[in-house]
Amino acid sequence: MNTLFRTCPQSGLQFDKTAETLMKANAVAGVVFLLVGGILALLVTLTRWPAVHLLPADTFYMTLTAHGIDMLIFWIIFFEIAVLYFCSSTLLRCRLATPRLAWLAFALMLIGSVTANVAIFRGDSSVMMTSYAPMQAHPAFYLGLILFAVGALVSCFIFLGTLVIAKAENTYEGSIPLVTFGALTACIIAVFTIASGAIILIPTFLWSVGLISHIDPLMYKTVWWAFGHSSQQINVSAHVAVWYAIAAIAFGAKPMSEKVSRTAFLLYILFLQLASAHHLLTDPGISSEWKIFNTSYAMYLAVLASMVHGLTVPGSVEVAQRKKGFNKGLFEWLRKAPWGNPVFSGMFISLIGFGFLGGISGVMMGTEQLNLIVHNTLYVPGHFHATVVVGTTLAFMALTYFLIPVLFRREVILPGLAKWQPYLFGIGMGAFSLFMMGAGTLGVSRRHWDIAFAGSPMAYEYPATAYLLLGLMAVSGLVAMVGGAAYLLITVGSLLWGKKLEPVSYRKETVPLRLAPGAPAIEAHGGVGVGGFAAPGTFVLALVFLVSFVLYYFINWKYLSQTWGLS
Amino acid sequence: MSNTNEATPPERIPVMQHILDNPFLLLFLGVAMPTVFYIVWGVMEIVTIPVAK
Ligand code: HEM
Ligand SMILES: [Cu+2]
Repeated sequence: MNTLFRTCPQSGLQFDKTAETLMKANAVAGVVFLLVGGILALLVTLTRWPAVHLLPADTFYMTLTAHGIDMLIFWIIFFEIAVLYFCSSTLLRCRLATPRLAWLAFALMLIGSVTANVAIFRGDSSVMMTSYAPMQAHPAFYLGLILFAVGALVSCFIFLGTLVIAKAENTYEGSIPLVTFGALTACIIAVFTIASGAIILIPTFLWSVGLISHIDPLMYKTVWWAFGHSSQQINVSAHVAVWYAIAAIAFGAKPMSEKVSRTAFLLYILFLQLASAHHLLTDPGISSEWKIFNTSYAMYLAVLASMVHGLTVPGSVEVAQRKKGFNKGLFEWLRKAPWGNPVFSGMFISLIGFGFLGGISGVMMGTEQLNLIVHNTLYVPGHFHATVVVGTTLAFMALTYFLIPVLFRREVILPGLAKWQPYLFGIGMGAFSLFMMGAGTLGVSRRHWDIAFAGSPMAYEYPATAYLLLGLMAVSGLVAMVGGAAYLLITVGSLLWGKKLEPVSYRKETVPLRLAPGAPAIEAHGGVGVGGFAAPGTFVLALVFLVSFVLYYFINWKYLSQTWGLS
Repeated sequence: MSNTNEATPPERIPVMQHILDNPFLLLFLGVAMPTVFYIVWGVMEIVTIPVAK
């Protein structure tokens, strides 16, 4: 084996040379798709802003299809593969399994993503990211997605193979670290996700070339969502792992309880994917038993797990901060947190935005009865821009600021702008999501080119507030886009022009140093806290969360009760 | 010191930790659960919808 290793002088992390190059390639490919998707976001947003109404209808639907796929599938999954390689090879200090195969997987993903984009921009595949049959796209559209999925699946098995190697070669002691365990959760969900995608996209591809005569729409929709929704759960697991990693990197924070956090990940593995059923809540033909089992009894266990993570990450930060002497009152630890460091601020805004905006709206929508109020309205993209953009995308952005020096060996350029970037992006996107949800609550449809219905025989008149909310949505979207552009400028600029850090030498053997990224971990929780609580500030935050959650939930039941008068 | 090492029996690892330490068992569980409850159950309901005459 000709594996070469280097140790990062800043972080003490050890990189396998090929794994390092693979991480760079996947992360860069992801960022390129973020750029493309971001330009498309601008066009889509300016079209949904009634005062601007930029694109004609057909271009709008083509652009929206490309935005959904480039962002949700290509940007996120390329970056996630980089995270998987990092969490296995780097964190376990071992060589990556089958690096050649990993390059093949990367090539498949790249060819697949370019193929799908070509198909979309030809203009005959504007089927939206969900591509519901019987709408038919060009065969190259399905083929591109299939190639991409195969590549991603191979990468997942390379991750698992690396775990096996690390165990066999004894590069770590005891259990794998919590962050790697989170990545394992993401990987497991990815295997199910991609397999479901293959099960439905392969027949659909054959149908598009004429080899199969018919695809049942309900069957398509059911199996497609095992892919479409579960892929969001890969994101959740991955960004939660990133939160834990950043808490450890920025504070040397240790999880409050490894056992509790791991059990929460186990709940994800068992239950998170069942929630896919919320996409079929209004479909006839499937029983309420199936819907209710999959979306409530099972899903709430997964929601519980998210609440555990949402509590233990800030909790561990609070304990670490209190140990450092920021022990006054409830919130000194938070006030004195490094808010000017984008690694921390990005992570924290991601956590709060994901929990308060994405989490609460998700549970509301996932309730069979309440779903009727907002099904297929702008509320839905409002919800998932809070989860997958404020949550996942911002967490990945925060991680990038750590990776630029550690992985790419460059200094981050424009540090002043980098400081503001998470606020622009996170707060802009948070407001964007809220205004979208507001418009959705008034019934404004998602994926709708013209809510004024100009020239149509059966117009519907939306209240003026809906127009106002769409305007506010667009303006906040623009703020977020400035934040997104700043991220792209900083990352691409740093890779091209950032000051090179001192060169490192590669050697043949690994250093059997035991895992301690960043500062040394804190041993116990004794001696800090208020009134017997180790993390009282986090406890108060959790209570605020719970109260908002319960209030909002019941407000929506009230709303529902007013939809149809009984007298 | 070496005596005490020999005297203590190897530390018993809790069952739960055994499960959490086995990635392939977790992989099996994580694929089996949604396959059974979501896909198989869902698809069975769809294929038993009577066809309109
Ligand atoms: C500044 C950043 C962004 C802005 C302003 C933005 C804006 C929008 C807008 C206006 C829509 C159309 C909603 C509709 O008409 O139904 C949309 C759809 C969508 N966006 Fe974004 N977006 C951004 C970033 C992202 C990111 C980072 C992701 C994924 C990681 C994403 C995923 C999606 C998806 C999946 C759709 C739905 C496509 C469909 O309905 O088929 N967006 N976005
Ligand atoms: Cu979903």
